[in-house]
Amino acid sequence: MTHWIVAPVILPALLAPFIVLAARYHIGIQRTFSVVGVLALIAVATGLAIQASDGTITIYQMGDWAAPFGIVLVADRLSTLMVLLTAVLALFVLLYAIGSGWDNRGRHFHALFQFQLMGLMGAFLTGDLFNLFVFFEVLLIASYGLMIHAGGNARLRAGVQYVLFNLIGSTLFLFALGAIYAETGTLNMADLAQRAALIGADATAGLRVGAVLLLLVFAIKAAVVPLHFWLPSSYAEAPWPVAALFAIMTKVGAYGIIRVYTMIFPPELEATSGLHDIWLQPAALVSLAVGMFGVLAAKRLDRLVAFSVIGSMGIVMVTISLFTPEGMAAALYYIVHSTLAGAALFLIADLVRTSRKNLDLTPQAPIAGAALTAALFFLAAIAMVGLPPLSGFIGKLLVLTAALESERVVWIWAIVLGSSLISILGFARAGSVVFWKATSVAPIDEAENADDLRSPAVLSYVAVGGLIAVLTAHTVFAGQVHGYTTAIAAQLFAPEPYLSTVLDTPGKLSVPKEDY
Amino acid sequence: MEMLVASAIGVLTAGGLYLILRLRTFPVIMGMSLLTYAVNVFLFTSGRLTTGAPPILRDDVAVYADPLPQALVLTAIVISFGMTAVVVMISLGAFLGSDDDHVDDPTQQDQDRTGDAS
Repeated sequence: MTHWIVAPVILPALLAPFIVLAARYHIGIQRTFSVVGVLALIAVATGLAIQASDGTITIYQMGDWAAPFGIVLVADRLSTLMVLLTAVLALFVLLYAIGSGWDNRGRHFHALFQFQLMGLMGAFLTGDLFNLFVFFEVLLIASYGLMIHAGGNARLRAGVQYVLFNLIGSTLFLFALGAIYAETGTLNMADLAQRAALIGADATAGLRVGAVLLLLVFAIKAAVVPLHFWLPSSYAEAPWPVAALFAIMTKVGAYGIIRVYTMIFPPELEATSGLHDIWLQPAALVSLAVGMFGVLAAKRLDRLVAFSVIGSMGIVMVTISLFTPEGMAAALYYIVHSTLAGAALFLIADLVRTSRKNLDLTPQAPIAGAALTAALFFLAAIAMVGLPPLSGFIGKLLVLTAALESERVVWIWAIVLGSSLISILGFARAGSVVFWKATSVAPIDEAENADDLRSPAVLSYVAVGGLIAVLTAHTVFAGQVHGYTTAIAAQLFAPEPYLSTVLDTPGKLSVPKEDY
Repeated sequence: MEMLVASAIGVLTAGGLYLILRLRTFPVIMGMSLLTYAVNVFLFTSGRLTTGAPPILRDDVAVYADPLPQALVLTAIVISFGMTAVVVMISLGAFLGSDDDHVDDPTQQDQDRTGDAS
């Protein structure tokens, strides 16, 4: 049994208290440890991803207790991909936070950041539903701190909304777990998958309640309409580097849906049939439309980016709700793309904010470093709306191809293509107002605003450029990446190896009594 | 006993939801607390209601109390306790900062009144 699987959880969990306790007043030491920690995380995540890439599923039994009695961490292709994505995103966000000085505008940024990573990694790796709840709480409580980092009235108010919405989500999660446990007597995902299939067709009421509540919880996290109301103001008011990290948080919801509804409640399970195609898919289509209309209607750049995140989550959920191997492969490709593109856009919004009084979409004086910032915005916007040549285009192409066999192919094509047009308009308007019309306004008195307006640091540009570079690599190696996501989807739709690995690996309990 | 516990959960949930819909921080936090009490009792009952049964399965015991929900409830209580503390602190900060305890976004009218354009 390899211990490396638990490393992505343990490493930030040890680093965060160290940063709080030992390096409390030394921002330099905090930064060093934080960056080194994230680099180590990337190394571990890469190792795990390579290990899982040939289809082997490795598990880690906490305290050596065998599943379903103990908690297991499971590293399969999907988990390791998400862990690697989180680690890579974290590196660039962290570099940006250091470069822009955001981490020094309040206390404990780095500690909270590490706790947030711990929660994310744990949520992706765990093989137990209650443990998933616990890691959700870990990442949420860290995100509450990050959300109100650097303070301010508008941010605190948005923080209250964010916390309350997520608390209600957590309570729903507990109700769902209670209902599922009452029906099946287990919360281990693999064990659940076997037991849910055994429940007779006349006794599924409780299980259905649990499945629907669980879908609601994940839909809140994934900001699917009509459960998206928390996202725009939370993401727009959060410090922008934090909002960029939050780009992965909506994907936690998507991950939960993929994991639970391929393995435990698959589409062919009669008890929960209709959940994904009658409920999830229309909701996802609506959230795609709402998100992209929001892009067009937004009056501030950060809200525009927040709505584009809702829209891209809509595309992800539409594709997931097809529940075909092609659809899942396309969805996973798009998840990677939209995480990176959304994060890049939030960071660019902060680049603009650094040298501009506000993010209102009105013509204002030219900003410092406008050419480079504008070029980065242009690239990230192209990626986000799905124009060639960047990965958004390939992602949408895969989505549309995967939707061909669906019954709602006309709806999906119409809404995906129509919303793309709307978001192109929205981003084009925003870009031209912020960057081009700027020259038509007289420059403001430099001396008057010298204190709070300055050009962004080089490291900030490096971080955003790095994200764009990863996006470009995601485009250039689209064939390989899509091949790999196809392999992930194949693994998801054939869960028998996962189940047998988790349930048949011996642990303490399988040792005969006389050996003690 | 089932009737009593079930209606207790129902009343707690209903009261919690009503308070959450009040959209001012104090009632909302009270509602959240009621809702977490409801979910704690609900989790507890998910292991079936038994009286006087041992929580450990032994060879000579036919009826036993499921110990797992009790562990789950304990975790849930600790987490909800911590979360309530966090939300109280953040709400206090928001209230003291903007002199307003509404949870929803301020309307245009409110903004004009307080002169807070952000």
